Amino acid sequence: MAERILVLAEQLEGQLTDVTLELIGVARRLAAPRGSTVDALVLGEGVSALAATVPADRTLLMEHPALRLFNPEAAQRALEAVARETSPWLVLVPNTSLGMDVAAAVATRLGWPLVAYCQAIEERDGQLVATSQLFGGKILADCPVGTDHAVISVLAGAFSSEAAAPEPPARIERLAPPAELDGLRVRAVGLERPEAADVDITRAEKIVAVGRGIESKENLELAEELAEGLGAVVAASRPLVDAGWLPRSRQVGKSGLKVKPRLYLALGISGAPEHLEGMRDAELIIAVNTDPKAPIFDVAHYGVVADLFEVAEALQERLGG
Amino acid sequence: MDSSLRKVQDVWEQDTAIVEGVDISGPWNRMFGQRVIWNYTPELIDEIASFPGAESFAWCYQCGKCVPVCPVDVVGDYGPRKLYRKAQTGISLLDSPDLWLCTTCMNCLRVCPKQVDMVQIMPAVREQALLSGRPLPAELQEALENTARYGNPLGQPPRKREAWVKDAGVPVPILHQIQRPVEWLWWVECYPSYHPRGIDASIALARIFHALGLDFGILGREEKCAGDSQRLAGERGLFEMLAEENIRTLSKYEFRHIVVTDPHALNAFRKQYPKYGGQYDVWHYTTLLARELPRLHPLLTRQLPYRLTFHDPCYLGRHNGEYDAPRQLIEALPGVEFTEMPRCRQNSYCCGGGGGGMWLDSFAAGRQRRRLSEERVLEAVATGADTLVICCPYEVSRFEDAVKSTGYEGRLRVRDIAELLAEAMGLIGEEPAKA
Amino acid sequence: MTLAVILKQVPDVVEELAIDPSGTDLDRDSVSYVVNEFDEHALEEALLLREATGEDVVVVGVDTTGELDQALYTALAKGAQRAVKLVGDVEGSWLSTRALAGLLAPVIRELSPRLVLTGVQAPDDLDGQLAPTLGALLDWPHTGVVVGTELADGLVRVRKELWGGIMLDLELATPAVLGIQAARATPRYVPVGRVRQAMRESTIEEVEVETPVESAPKLSRLRAPEAAGRAEMLTGSPSDVVERILEILRARGLY
Repeated sequence: MAERILVLAEQLEGQLTDVTLELIGVARRLAAPRGSTVDALVLGEGVSALAATVPADRTLLMEHPALRLFNPEAAQRALEAVARETSPWLVLVPNTSLGMDVAAAVATRLGWPLVAYCQAIEERDGQLVATSQLFGGKILADCPVGTDHAVISVLAGAFSSEAAAPEPPARIERLAPPAELDGLRVRAVGLERPEAADVDITRAEKIVAVGRGIESKENLELAEELAEGLGAVVAASRPLVDAGWLPRSRQVGKSGLKVKPRLYLALGISGAPEHLEGMRDAELIIAVNTDPKAPIFDVAHYGVVADLFEVAEALQERLGG
Repeated sequence: MDSSLRKVQDVWEQDTAIVEGVDISGPWNRMFGQRVIWNYTPELIDEIASFPGAESFAWCYQCGKCVPVCPVDVVGDYGPRKLYRKAQTGISLLDSPDLWLCTTCMNCLRVCPKQVDMVQIMPAVREQALLSGRPLPAELQEALENTARYGNPLGQPPRKREAWVKDAGVPVPILHQIQRPVEWLWWVECYPSYHPRGIDASIALARIFHALGLDFGILGREEKCAGDSQRLAGERGLFEMLAEENIRTLSKYEFRHIVVTDPHALNAFRKQYPKYGGQYDVWHYTTLLARELPRLHPLLTRQLPYRLTFHDPCYLGRHNGEYDAPRQLIEALPGVEFTEMPRCRQNSYCCGGGGGGMWLDSFAAGRQRRRLSEERVLEAVATGADTLVICCPYEVSRFEDAVKSTGYEGRLRVRDIAELLAEAMGLIGEEPAKA
Repeated sequence: MTLAVILKQVPDVVEELAIDPSGTDLDRDSVSYVVNEFDEHALEEALLLREATGEDVVVVGVDTTGELDQALYTALAKGAQRAVKLVGDVEGSWLSTRALAGLLAPVIRELSPRLVLTGVQAPDDLDGQLAPTLGALLDWPHTGVVVGTELADGLVRVRKELWGGIMLDLELATPAVLGIQAARATPRYVPVGRVRQAMRESTIEEVEVETPVESAPKLSRLRAPEAAGRAEMLTGSPSDVVERILEILRARGLY
């Protein structure tokens, strides 16, 4: 039974996402001792060049106009058809905005168990265990994974992408799209990218990031001053962007941007898993938060349990002086 | 109609008029004629006055006494009289930012010849704004949601309300644990239970109560916000819910009096809770400690080389008439020098935290030259004081922030009376008890 | 036509979470419940759609806490027209997403709404998000991470957030199921007085449901994340802390 692991490769406009490489890395690690092979499913239109770069044992390429842009219904149908056909013991899907639409739906349709928000997959006492982040990252759930079909949706950034050292795939196999792709009820209209005029936080060397603890839009001024003093740019967690206080292009995290600056100063950010996903790889993380149990302190190198304003003002004073 | 009158545009004048021998025929006599003032409509004033509690809005006769005493006017373009005038000119209080600027400090009512009562008008109009689904400032919405969900505006877990007790250094009996009657039920309130500087004062006060051998206990996790400021911010339904729950909790325990840390709780217990069946003998802690002064005096053994000035909390002073107890306590502190600020006692300034102002800080700050708390800190600095003494838990964080933003950090300290007493008694050091 | 909003109560993560001695569930006696934050956004988005199109909003939930009434009355006070509560032998239990969707699917089908809106995810949906699971069971089009909606003839236009501020615009034929990430406006405040009025004047419709046989998510144990790798904590006064921070930055050439 333990023959194949199927990875849903995620691509946007011909670009493979980092999480795809992370997933293939995990898949290869799990495949080796079991003698499984790793299949990567690439969905798109005109992406055969990209398929050639996927470091899987076998790349399954399905092309169709409905797959040009991400279409949740098309992706679900395609993955379902391939899973039925290849009968993998394990399906890995990224727990991203795209993967979330697909994983639960396909698992439900196939009647296979699903473990979502997975951050670790380990062998324990001969049993494969997937660990999931629940309750805002405050609790972990260990879930046994059998060899009789399972779907795991994996958090981006949870695994190293280097494990999947690029090597040419043994072969690319072109799959015929299922007939359902011609009668879809969902249409992808287009992509909209944020205005380029704003700062690119992914290229910033230093970031001053603010979260809910900043309390009001007016207080952003303090963060701006501090950033100026440090030669940094201001970024934020999702709630501040949702409130319209900062543009989307400043959002760090799952639905925002992934950043790897040399300095990430987190002010009033408690560190929801969705946020940590976007910044945990920063070289130096210093976090200020009033809650000593805030998950941000789990990824930070240095932590200060204090009112962010007290620290920010004291820092600003030193920088300004 | 008088045939000698003729209408010139919108005014009347007499063709011929000789008054006491002076000929004021024609345009000269226009000023003596009656004229209908038509440059405003009374609808908006009537609308406001129609809300239960806001009737007195219509009584204003625009004398303007309220404006110079209004602490908000001092730092901005606001004044109770202006609200009426704006309503005359078509600006409804319901939709104006003015609705959220009043701190219900009550200084206008003190001087108003017509008894126009903003302390009742504001919550009544704010309630209508909320009920009609108008958006409210985000900070306030969060504080109200937190209060409804957690029983405190800070959004802290209810179970953590008694967590400060473990740092008190003296026994602080919690009623659900001790199951016996106490003489004094200490109503600690939200900021003294959760805010770090509020906790400092709570620890100081606990040690003083303990040193005096007071038979006291707290409700701990069973206590919920007394809710007065939420009521004044317009959330009467939330206040009623809290009052009912608190009264139910209090009915489980035997005690003789309530002592409160927070003047806003004092106000709620004295003036509102009786309407819901909660009749209690309620004391502010300064009143209780002033009564205990004969026993306290011999314990005040340490010299405090401080120059003090004192801020009267609106809800202790103007609202509940207690001006003397805090001053008696300050004067009992050995070694201190005490100077009043120009605005004190009945005419005291306001820290800006009352009436929901605690949760409208950014909203108000964006509409004022400086915060009320900053204005007050400058006033305190001008007296030459090195310590601003407070006895309301809203004030410590507001004034400490203001000391920083006005650049007086290190030159003016903000300390609760309880902290100074405890220091003079040798129960805490010069630094806050917990930090 | 109606818009169905699914509300779910979840353990409040603001509180300390304790694990039950069984090791496979939270200590439900010490948990306090709140409506899933994303579900609040789903309700707000539905109310905004209602304001634009006049649809009726019906809120639906499975009462696993015994406290769902409060959430449903609050939704009615905010402007929903109907509230439907699914009751059965599920109180105090942790329903898997698939079990939850299984209970909801026939009720939703019966309501035959134009749209189903629910939160994009929940703090406890270990076996996946509700919107795609329910969408698969109903075989209706679905998508999640939605930050804006607009109803048109026979379809709904949605804006889906990807990452880095990139938005994907989709059109889904109705009926469809949407997982809402953020409503177009902050979820509105409803005064307690209005909620109490709803409690006096409205009724919650009840539907008896059969308890699913395997209703809990499959897991071997719950645990708190290891404290290892925790930050080195800097203590002292703000100015002490700032001095330390500057030292650290200087050592790395960052200041």
